[in-house]
Amino acid sequence: MTTPVLEVRDLKRDYVSSGGLFRPAKVVHAVKGVNFSLEKGRTLAVVGESGCGKSTLARMITLIDPPTSGEILIDGIPASAAHVTKELRQKVQIVFQNPYGSLNPRQKVGDVLAEPLLLNTDMSAADRRDKAMAMLLKVGLREEHHNRYPHMFSGGQRQRIAIARALMLNPSFLVLDEPVSALDLSVQAQILNLLKDLQDEFGLTYVFISHDLSVVRYIADEVMVMYFGDVVEHGGREALFANPQHDYTRTLFAATPNADVESIRARIARKKAAA
Amino acid sequence: MSLLEIKNLTVAFDTSVGLFKAVDGIDIAVDAREVLAIVGESGSGKSVAMLATMGLLPSTATVTADVMKFEGLDLLSMSAAEKRKIIGKDIAMIFQEPIASLNPCFTVGFQIGEVLEKHLGLSGRAARQRAIELLELVGIRDAADKLRAFPHQMSGGQCQRVMIAMAISCNPKLLIADEPTTALDVTIQKQILDLLVRLQAETGMGLIMITHDMGVVAETADRVIVQYKGRKMEEADVLSLFENPQSNYTRALLSALPENAVGDRLPTVSDILFEPVPGAR
Repeated sequence: MTTPVLEVRDLKRDYVSSGGLFRPAKVVHAVKGVNFSLEKGRTLAVVGESGCGKSTLARMITLIDPPTSGEILIDGIPASAAHVTKELRQKVQIVFQNPYGSLNPRQKVGDVLAEPLLLNTDMSAADRRDKAMAMLLKVGLREEHHNRYPHMFSGGQRQRIAIARALMLNPSFLVLDEPVSALDLSVQAQILNLLKDLQDEFGLTYVFISHDLSVVRYIADEVMVMYFGDVVEHGGREALFANPQHDYTRTLFAATPNADVESIRARIARKKAAA
Repeated sequence: MSLLEIKNLTVAFDTSVGLFKAVDGIDIAVDAREVLAIVGESGSGKSVAMLATMGLLPSTATVTADVMKFEGLDLLSMSAAEKRKIIGKDIAMIFQEPIASLNPCFTVGFQIGEVLEKHLGLSGRAARQRAIELLELVGIRDAADKLRAFPHQMSGGQCQRVMIAMAISCNPKLLIADEPTTALDVTIQKQILDLLVRLQAETGMGLIMITHDMGVVAETADRVIVQYKGRKMEEADVLSLFENPQSNYTRALLSALPENAVGDRLPTVSDILFEPVPGAR
């Protein structure tokens, strides 16, 4: 068996709020023991509502925040957020939800893309520039965008820049934290297509965090449902969507707006009956 | 007679590079007891059209319309003082960012009380009583305690409920909801949409839902207006819009829904709209 790109064993994260004079400190268990492993080229979707710990999980596996306990293995190598080596940093990258907040407004796009190379590799300036140019084209932007500032781009274009930046170091896996939830429907479709194309081309592995089940159904191979820090269900996409086991998964499915004609017809009939 | 009737609405912004028309000749009509959805992507002018109706646009905006009537009263020729009596009372609006649209410096109770005092002349105990009733109506538990809470002490869903409570506090005849659930989780979204639809059915008010989410449209609307770059692309009742969309743009939007994906790729709007849409700029 090949080594999984990412393996997580019993990962936990507690947040402790400082107590006051008459108030004891409070511990919030944000993530309560998560286990999974992910093979190369697959997409794992993590689903759940806000506060369920999915972003905390994302920050731990990207080595931004240290876990309280548990192990993270990246390409079989134990990783710890306390000292991230350059080699390890190149293996893990993240794309954040809000493309308006995640790009430095004072940095030109070319510099945004070249910075990961500057920090983590010994490439020459000319090589960095060439690689940034090539990546711009790859994510569907043009060479003349190299010299522009982030405010000159639309939300969808900025998310392309963020994805390009994440891919500059040829990472083993990419964590996408709600990458399309701030985008319009038509732009969302373009970004999802881009992600699929890039995955096919580079054999990328994705951890895709989302609360939108229709997007998850489209992009994921495996789905993990989280609820209050616990993984309540984990399985293949087809199996999970066809036959959700846990009550919370069913609640989530029931809450997702249904845009097919039959359900609209049923709703209108209900409304007529009530009137 | 329609509750709100707007004909040929144009909103232009004065920018450094000349006049920009955000809304270009749009007709909107809503009846009492009707849920109208206005759909479009960002920049389609869907919010601007409603802000123009409410008179909430900055002074750089020029609003012109042939007709803009609310219950037969002409909103265009009305004085600012007269308009203030209607806006916020008979026409109320809910905004997209619930946490940002409440004042962080005042308690929820104070902010609801302010509306009640301004428009209904309630104060003291009567206002407090009504505020508790309103919070209970929108499904907030421990309403009396929550009156003392500041917006940052509540979740996004709770803040949106407070916004709804404020908006319906004067029993408006028309409620405009501008992307009321975009910032919320699906489970909370479902609760808020159910709440809006229930309140609409109970009070018989007109409801305008501004959204970019076709799922929200499918779950709430009676009639739909599809807008693109400031122009109306299509207007239809909800069933015929989803069953048999007339304009290319609507077809493109519907096919970009991930659940409608055919094969491995999602068709994007630009795939389908390689030819310019007639009527769009």
